[in-house]
Amino acid sequence: MNMDTKNDVIIAGIGQVPVGEHWQASLRSLGVKAIQAALADSGGLKPGALYAGNMLAANLSRQAHLGVLLADYAGLSGIEAETVEAGAASGAAALRQACLAVRSGYVDTAIVVGLEKFTDVVGPEIEAALGTGFDADYEAVHGLTPAAQAALLARRYMHQHGMPADGLAGFALTAHANGAGNKNAMYRKAISLEAYQKAEPVSDPLNLYDLAPNADGAAALVLTRRENLAKEFPHPLVRVAASAAASDALALAERRDPLQFEAVRISTEQALEKAGLQREQVDLFELHDSSSIFAALILEAAGYAKPGAGWKLARDDSIALSGQIPCLTMGGSKARGNPGGATGVYQAVEAALQLRGSAGTNQIANARTALVQSIGGPAATAVTHVLVREE
Amino acid sequence: MEIARHWRLKDQRYNLIGSECSHCKKQYFPPREVCPACGKEIAKAYHFSGLGEVYSFTTIYEAPSGYDEEAPYTVALVQLEEGPLVTAQLTDLGAETPEIGMPVEMVTRRIRSDGDERGMLIYGYKFRPRLQKA
Repeated sequence: MNMDTKNDVIIAGIGQVPVGEHWQASLRSLGVKAIQAALADSGGLKPGALYAGNMLAANLSRQAHLGVLLADYAGLSGIEAETVEAGAASGAAALRQACLAVRSGYVDTAIVVGLEKFTDVVGPEIEAALGTGFDADYEAVHGLTPAAQAALLARRYMHQHGMPADGLAGFALTAHANGAGNKNAMYRKAISLEAYQKAEPVSDPLNLYDLAPNADGAAALVLTRRENLAKEFPHPLVRVAASAAASDALALAERRDPLQFEAVRISTEQALEKAGLQREQVDLFELHDSSSIFAALILEAAGYAKPGAGWKLARDDSIALSGQIPCLTMGGSKARGNPGGATGVYQAVEAALQLRGSAGTNQIANARTALVQSIGGPAATAVTHVLVREE
Repeated sequence: MEIARHWRLKDQRYNLIGSECSHCKKQYFPPREVCPACGKEIAKAYHFSGLGEVYSFTTIYEAPSGYDEEAPYTVALVQLEEGPLVTAQLTDLGAETPEIGMPVEMVTRRIRSDGDERGMLIYGYKFRPRLQKA
């Protein structure tokens, strides 16, 4: 075994709880369930560090210092335990920190847990908490909401690119079609174009189906180096071939061009380069669809479509399971549910299921490489991982 | 209450005071202390005219706490004449439907109530359709 490959970071265990309204389950109990599932899946690896990805616990549950709480309640007391926050990309950022720790050799095995608990409060308090991810003095103070911010982009996009009113429908249609095959999804039913067209407006021009529903969830990953794996390791090997992160102005108004997600462009290019892949070689792309317009802008910034043409990939079924570049293969945030800062870990779990060949009716034939990307805010943060199935 | 926090921003909230880089002459709102274009320090204030046009807009029905009593309201990205975009509410629309490119001007309005029993009100900029010159 040469030096290079023995340091490879392997996703040894995965775990998730269904996304939904878990009125009976606390923040810590959701997290512990996902951790236990991932540790069991890893064949009993013992983590030396825990990285929690969470965006809103300090606001919604008045709980900071979350990493330690989770480590303790998961029976891991004594190990390093920290929370990583990068808005809705928190889970992906936690995954990246775990990759850095494990790859470097400072930590042998790490557990990453992404978790969010929305239902401790309701309505306006959730919107106020989500507003803490904006520039507090220059965005949130004007009463901005995530739905409105996406709508500002969508209206400008329609104006500049002449997209029709139902142009973004394909993202919700794809997500819901795929959610039907995911037992952990919040919505497991396909929707029709007519249903999309008749949906109630939320922030014009976006409607109910353009915006992913916030819900509780927790997902976890066990990462280790190849050298630590047991000989009889039970799963096909999924390796983290690249990890990259980039940032942009926090406030949408302070971008050079709000319709260009620069952090997505940079982190995608860096991740593909580190993995030695062309974007055409990617078998699936788990992208961040907290809103349909974000998904369109991400496809453009990641280089899969020209500016103004990202929505057409959804319209033409190019992002469907059988399409050129399958996206949202387990339902995305729209149908799986949008678990805030946990999203990035769910995406990685779903991509790992595809690469292991365990995605059931949603399985992409012979999936070998997955691009997994999470954004915080309107791509103020973009964290991109490339996962590869070992032959 | 956050009194100091809002007091500190009075120049921005009431007068749209941003900053200008003495080296590359770029103007910023909100003010910055380091120029993102040339990397040099910025020390000069710049008073924006308050004139601009609507870059994009939408309506908020499900508002954050502190704003829910005002809902529905219209938020916009306004492009100032000098170039920068600003996030702000549109106000005084009357029967007018906002549209992209609509000329607007800054006015001072109540932005939100503080929500606690002492009821501090926060004032700041909103934008209204530009009044025709007499």
